Amino acid sequence: MESRYQGIAASPGITIGTAYLVGFPEFQIRKYRITEGGINKELDRWQAAVDATRHEIENIKRRVAQEVGFKEAEIFNAYLHVLQDPLLVQATMEQIRAQRCNAEYVLQEIASGLGRQFTEAKDEYLRERASDINDVVARLLRNLTGQAKRLLTGAEHDIIMIAKDLAPAQTASMRRERVVGFATDIGGKTSHAAIMARSLEIPAVVGLKNITDMVETGDTLIVDGSAGLVIVNADTRILTQYRQAQQRNLQASRKLRKLKGITAVSRDGYRLNVAANIEFPEDVRKARKYGAEGVGLFRTEFLYMNRRDLPSEDEQFEAYCQVARQSLPYSTIIRTMDLGGDKFLSRLGTSAETNPFLGLRAIRLCLTYIELFKTQLRAILRASQFGKIKIMFPLISDVEELRQAKAVLNEVRQELSRRRIAFDKHMETGLMIELPSAALTADVLAREADFFSIGTNDLIQYTMAVDRINEKVAYLYNPLHPAILRLIKKTIEAGHNERIWVGICGEMAADPQLTALLFGMGLDEFSTEPSFVPQIKKVIREIHLARSRELAEEVLACATTKEIENCLQNQIQDKEGCDEKAVK
Amino acid sequence: MVEQEVTIENKLGLHLRAAAVFIETANKFPCQVFLRKAGQEKINAKSIMGIMTLGAACGSRVTVLTDGENEIEALEKLAALIRNRFGEKE
Repeated sequence: MESRYQGIAASPGITIGTAYLVGFPEFQIRKYRITEGGINKELDRWQAAVDATRHEIENIKRRVAQEVGFKEAEIFNAYLHVLQDPLLVQATMEQIRAQRCNAEYVLQEIASGLGRQFTEAKDEYLRERASDINDVVARLLRNLTGQAKRLLTGAEHDIIMIAKDLAPAQTASMRRERVVGFATDIGGKTSHAAIMARSLEIPAVVGLKNITDMVETGDTLIVDGSAGLVIVNADTRILTQYRQAQQRNLQASRKLRKLKGITAVSRDGYRLNVAANIEFPEDVRKARKYGAEGVGLFRTEFLYMNRRDLPSEDEQFEAYCQVARQSLPYSTIIRTMDLGGDKFLSRLGTSAETNPFLGLRAIRLCLTYIELFKTQLRAILRASQFGKIKIMFPLISDVEELRQAKAVLNEVRQELSRRRIAFDKHMETGLMIELPSAALTADVLAREADFFSIGTNDLIQYTMAVDRINEKVAYLYNPLHPAILRLIKKTIEAGHNERIWVGICGEMAADPQLTALLFGMGLDEFSTEPSFVPQIKKVIREIHLARSRELAEEVLACATTKEIENCLQNQIQDKEGCDEKAVK
Repeated sequence: MVEQEVTIENKLGLHLRAAAVFIETANKFPCQVFLRKAGQEKINAKSIMGIMTLGAACGSRVTVLTDGENEIEALEKLAALIRNRFGEKE
């Protein structure tokens, strides 16, 4: 029987494979009694599992030390201590003797008792780290039951890892050549599993809530990482469809890779810059691989997340330098921190907000906690002499806020000059246009900025007053609403009137159906997830700016989304018609 | 048995890595080693699980207790390790 589950699209692409359940939930632990004479044999079985687990962890530790670094490998020393821990190891042996029960049952009992104590810890960080211990226990259980071994040491390929969540040790130890996808119960786009999947370029869906209950090891799965969909035990017809789609994707991406060196020049000779949005310094490699012309948006949030302390100036400097250097000869646009106050509750002493998206976030947070902001600005300025760095501020609502942000930037500049620390004195300073209030006053803002970058995701959310995560109102989240297109148009015109360039870095930029429209509206730069770059360049090479302008005019005159969609549809058909004529 | 009270000063507290470092030092001595947080029972500080159940965050006061052969040297070394933030930068 086929069943479908919708989650969060974490890493794009389609994959088909065999499910493999990782971690605790897979273990259906049976309790059974051991005879007096069998106890020594049970203790031997336990010892063998401990030895096998130690061997596994030592191997992972060695591999991480070689591939990642010694510092990262240190955590596995702690794992090894867990394996020698009297509270776990001796206690299990004692209980095997006392209860005359099988090792896995006893172990699970002891581990869940310890687990309860950990989750009572007041400190959130310690509580989280303690959960790493579960990973060791899961390995022991796996070695005792032998379940995983059968699957992973066999000749099976095309494994899809299914887990509540995937811990770093699990992704580090998996056999990469055999794993073709992930699907997890919890997590979002920035959780470890999602990031790992994107960097390995394998499809993944996260936040499926209860996929671990619905799937068993050995089930055939389709993971559609672009749609955020998992299909379990699909029939032959659906499987064939997805296999074909997978093949098409593969061929298309091969073709597109070949295009990496091309530039996006329209048929009538107009050039568009296509850059990449990145989240982590290591994403630059991927951006280059897909032929991105620089980094149009370097999100800096990763520096602040999944940790308890704040990132130091030097740590930030290193990250910015790395990206700026590797992007040369192209430029790197660094967006200052775009997080809400709820992420910093403990560190800054802010209080929980009832409406975080309308609260103290992004530039507002930075202007409240000036030192936090200055640290980042110092790091960016110091890095600016090692590449072509531009800086932009998120969530600016009006020109006074822009002035405040620029004043802080100037203070930091003066401070660095006084300390004789070098930086690029001509670094461009721009802002994101992502609030309706900014788009409507873009003419004023343009006089005091070097560039605009339109962030369509937030612009749509704030213009339509819709939370896109809320499925009941998600239908209102529509990039083709006339209000959105008018705000974009107004922003571009205002920028060009003041002779500054205007880019777009939201998800709209990655949609090839909208490329002609946005190009026709006058944008100077598109910035998208790296893998979309070749596609956008290809579209630009097939269109005329003059015709795209006509299309934009037509679309901007439309009264409703429906009319706009029809307009775009006609354009695609026209184009196909033209191509056919050309062939004849 | 000897004891000494110290403050956890490293930012991350007595987390998994720090606990592992602590145990490695403790295991060099034959004596028994315990840790106690005010108002709680002492735990065996040669057990990483025991240390994790303490939940000692940055700023916590903990008492190191050693009992047996070389107890004084062990106490000094272990207290110094905590004061030196387990060799962590901050």
